[in-house]
Amino acid sequence: MMTLARWKVILVVLATVLGLLFTLPNLLPAGVVAKLPPFMPKNTLHLGLDLQGGSDLLYSVDTVALRNERLTNMAEDIRTQLRDKQIAFTDLAVAGGAIGLRVTDPSQVNTVVNLLRQSVGAPLPGAAGGRDVNVTAGADQRIRIAFVPEAFDAEAARAVEQNIEVIRRRIDQMGTKEPDIARRGKDRIDIQAAGESDPERLKRVIGQTAKLTFQMVDETASPEDLAAGRVPPGDEVVASTDGIQPSYIVKRRAPVSGEMLTNAQPGFDQTTGRPVVEFRMNSVGARRFADITRQNIGKRFAIVLDKKVISAPVIQGVIPGGSGQITGNFTQESANDLSVLLRAGALPAPMKVEEQRTVGAELGADAVKAGTTSAIVGLLATMVFMLAIYGGLFGGISLIALAVNALMIIGVMSATQATLTLPGIAGLILTLAVAVDANVLIYERMRDELRAGRTLIASMDAGFARAWGTIFDANMTHIFSALIMFNIGSGTVKGFAWTLSIGVLTTVFSAVLVTQVLLAWWFRAARPKTLPIGH
Amino acid sequence: MNFWPLIKILPVRTHIRFVRWSRLFASLSVLAIIGSLWLTLYPFKPPCGGLACGIDFKGGTVVELSTAPQPVDVGKIRDALDSLGLGDPQVQGAGPSAALVRFQAPNGADASATLARVEAKLTQTLGQVKYTRADVVGPKVSSELLTSGLLGLGLAILAMLLYIWFRFELQFGLGAVAALFHDVILTFGMIAVFKQYIEFDLRAVAAILTIIGYSMNDTVVVFDRFRENLRKFKRMPLGEVIDMSINEMLTRTIITSMTAVLALVALALFGGPSLFGLSVILLFGIGIGTYSSIYIAAPVILLWGVKRSEEEPEIVTQPAR
Repeated sequence: MMTLARWKVILVVLATVLGLLFTLPNLLPAGVVAKLPPFMPKNTLHLGLDLQGGSDLLYSVDTVALRNERLTNMAEDIRTQLRDKQIAFTDLAVAGGAIGLRVTDPSQVNTVVNLLRQSVGAPLPGAAGGRDVNVTAGADQRIRIAFVPEAFDAEAARAVEQNIEVIRRRIDQMGTKEPDIARRGKDRIDIQAAGESDPERLKRVIGQTAKLTFQMVDETASPEDLAAGRVPPGDEVVASTDGIQPSYIVKRRAPVSGEMLTNAQPGFDQTTGRPVVEFRMNSVGARRFADITRQNIGKRFAIVLDKKVISAPVIQGVIPGGSGQITGNFTQESANDLSVLLRAGALPAPMKVEEQRTVGAELGADAVKAGTTSAIVGLLATMVFMLAIYGGLFGGISLIALAVNALMIIGVMSATQATLTLPGIAGLILTLAVAVDANVLIYERMRDELRAGRTLIASMDAGFARAWGTIFDANMTHIFSALIMFNIGSGTVKGFAWTLSIGVLTTVFSAVLVTQVLLAWWFRAARPKTLPIGH
Repeated sequence: MNFWPLIKILPVRTHIRFVRWSRLFASLSVLAIIGSLWLTLYPFKPPCGGLACGIDFKGGTVVELSTAPQPVDVGKIRDALDSLGLGDPQVQGAGPSAALVRFQAPNGADASATLARVEAKLTQTLGQVKYTRADVVGPKVSSELLTSGLLGLGLAILAMLLYIWFRFELQFGLGAVAALFHDVILTFGMIAVFKQYIEFDLRAVAAILTIIGYSMNDTVVVFDRFRENLRKFKRMPLGEVIDMSINEMLTRTIITSMTAVLALVALALFGGPSLFGLSVILLFGIGIGTYSSIYIAAPVILLWGVKRSEEEPEIVTQPAR
C-alpha cells in the first residue's frame, strides 16, 4: 500500500475540493451566495415538493372523450351531407367508438358508402393515400364509420402535446411561479407547482377545457318540448348557469367558436357596471358573426362554455367588426380567469385529475427541520460509535472518509439539481451510516491478515486488495434495488432511490480511496510497528 | 487495562457453532413465514389483504388539517363528512390540533372535485382551519402503483438471484433468494401486526426494497468469506466451513448493523410522523436481514451442497481475493 499511486491522491483531493465547492452554496446564507464570483457554483439542493410545499397534479388526457367529440362532429357533417343529397336515413348516432346509421333505401347503400369514403375524416399523411376513418357497410342497410386505430392514436398523441402547449400558455398568463410541466407515458401530463398554496385555482385554470361556442337558441322548440325532453333533430339540450333558465335547446352547429378569438380581456359593462369579458375575433369569425347577427335579429344566441350556457342574449342588431362582450354571472376574478383561458385557447382534449398531492409550505418546513435533526443525531451517533470502536486514528480516518462522502453526495445532488425528498433524507442518513461498512470490512480484513502472520505492511495491502471485491459485490446489491425503485412509483420514492444510488457510488469511492490515501500518509509519517486496531 | 479502542477488547475469534442450531431456527423461520403470510393475506381481499392499505394502492383521498391554535373537534368533522355522502369516511386525531381525514369519492364523482367540496364544507363547519396536506389517488393510478410495486419486489429478488449466480454459484444464489423471501415475507408480517401504526404504501415498498438491498449486502459479505474458505480448506466439512466463515465476519456484522440501527433509531425518534413507518420497517429489516444471512442463506447451501473439487483448484475468477 504504501506505494501510493499519484493519481489516487489527485483524485481524492479533486473530489474533496469539488464536493466542498458544490456543497458550499447550501451552507452560506443566500445573500453571500449571490455575491460569489461567477465561476463558483450557486445551485443549492433542489428540495422536493414534500419539503418546500407545493402541488403535484397528474392529469390524464381523456382520449375516449376526444374520440367521441370528433365522432359527434363528424356525425353532424354526415347529417348535413345526406340531407343535401336528399338521402333518407335513420338511427344516426355515436356508440361504442363508432358512428352508426341506417340507409332507408337498400339501393342507396353503396352510393352512401362511396360518398362518405370520399368526404368524411381527413386524408392520412404520406403518399400511401387513404383516410383516417373506415367506412363499412353491414347487414340490414347499416353503415359503420370508425377511426383507423393507428391514425387515431397519432391524433391522440398530438392532442396530448397540444394540451401541454395550451397549459403552458395558460400558466404563463396567470403569472404565478413557473411550474414544471412534463409528459408521463402515453396520455398523462404531470404538473408540479412549488409553493402554490391554492391548488384549487391552479386546477380551475389548468383543468378546464374552455371550449367556447356561440350557438343559436332554437326558438321553434317550445318550453313544453324542453320539459318533455323532446329535442328536435340537430339540436341539443345544454344546461345553463345564467340564472334565467335552467337549460336551453340550442342548434348543435356552432358557426362561431373560441378558436376564432384573437383576444379576450376582462372589463366592465357600460350600463350595468358588472364584470364582463370583452373579446375580439379574427376575420373569419367576424364575417360569420356579422352574417349571423344580420340574419337573426330579435332571436337569441347562446354563449356556451364547456357545455354550459353562460348567457343567451337577444341579438339587437348587426354586430360588424367581430368584437363584443360576454355577460354572465362573473366576479372580477372569474372574468379574469375566463379571459386567460380564452386567450390561451381551449384544450384539444378533455383531461381529468388522476393523482394530486399537495403539501402546505409549513408542513414542508417542519419536514426539513425533522429531517435535519434526525440526520445530525444519526450521524453523530455513528461517529461516536466508530471512534469508540476503532479509536482516534482508524476511527478518525473513517470519519474523514464519511465527511468526504457527505460532501460528494450533497455536491452531486446540488450540481445535478436532483430532487431531495423527505424519504431521500432518510436514504441519505442510512447511506452514510452504512458507508462505514466499507471501512469496517477493510479494517477487519487487515486484522485477519495480521493474525494470519503477515507483516504489518503486507496486512494493510492485503486488507485493501481483498476487501475491495467484497465491497464491490455488496454495494452492487444496493444499486440493483435502487434502480428498481426508480422505475416504480411517484416522485418521493424516486427521490429516495436517487439519493441511495448517488450514495452508493460516492461510498465506494470515498471509503476505499480516501481511506487508502489517509492510511498511506499516516504510515509514511509515523512508520508504525504495530496496528492500533490489532491485538 | 485500556478499554479504548473497543475493538481491542472484543473477542478475537468466536467459535459459535451456528450450524448446529440451524434445524431449530429453520423450523422457527418456517413457522414465522407461515404466520406472516396468513396475517398479510387474510382476509384475502384485494388490494392489500390484511395490511393497512394506504391510498397509494387503494385509491382515495387523505387530507391533513390543522385548527391550531384551537383544539380539533373530531366529532364535528365526522358529522360534517357524514352529510356529504362519501365512501368510507374516517377521521383520526393527529396531535392536539390536527386531524387526518380519509375518504373515497362517491361512485362516478371526480375525486379532485370531491376534495374541493369536502374542504369547503369543513371550512364552513370548523371556521379556522388550514389544510396542510392533501393527497388524491385515482383508481387507475392506484392499481398501477400496486402492480408496479409488487412487480418491483419480484424483479429485485430476481436481479439478486442472477447477480449472485453470476458472481458466485447457483447454489449461493438460491440460498440468497431463500433469505430474501424470508426477509420480505416476515417484513410484510410485521407491517400486518402493526397495522394500527404502519400503512402499506409506496414508502413501505421502498423500505422493503431497501431491506432487500441490505439483506443481500450482508449475505454477500458472508458468502464472500465462505467461498474463500472453501478454497482454502478443501477437506473441511461444509458445515464447519460455514461456521468458520460466519464467525470470522461476526465482528463486522455486529458493527455494521449497529451503525445502521443507530441512524435508524435517530430517524424514528426525530424524523417526524411521515418517516416513522419507513424507519421502523427498515429497523426490523436490518435485524431480520442479519439473522437470515446466518440462518437461512448459509444452511440452504448446506442442504444443497456446493461443487468442491479435491484435486484441481477451483476456477478462480479473481485470484487476488
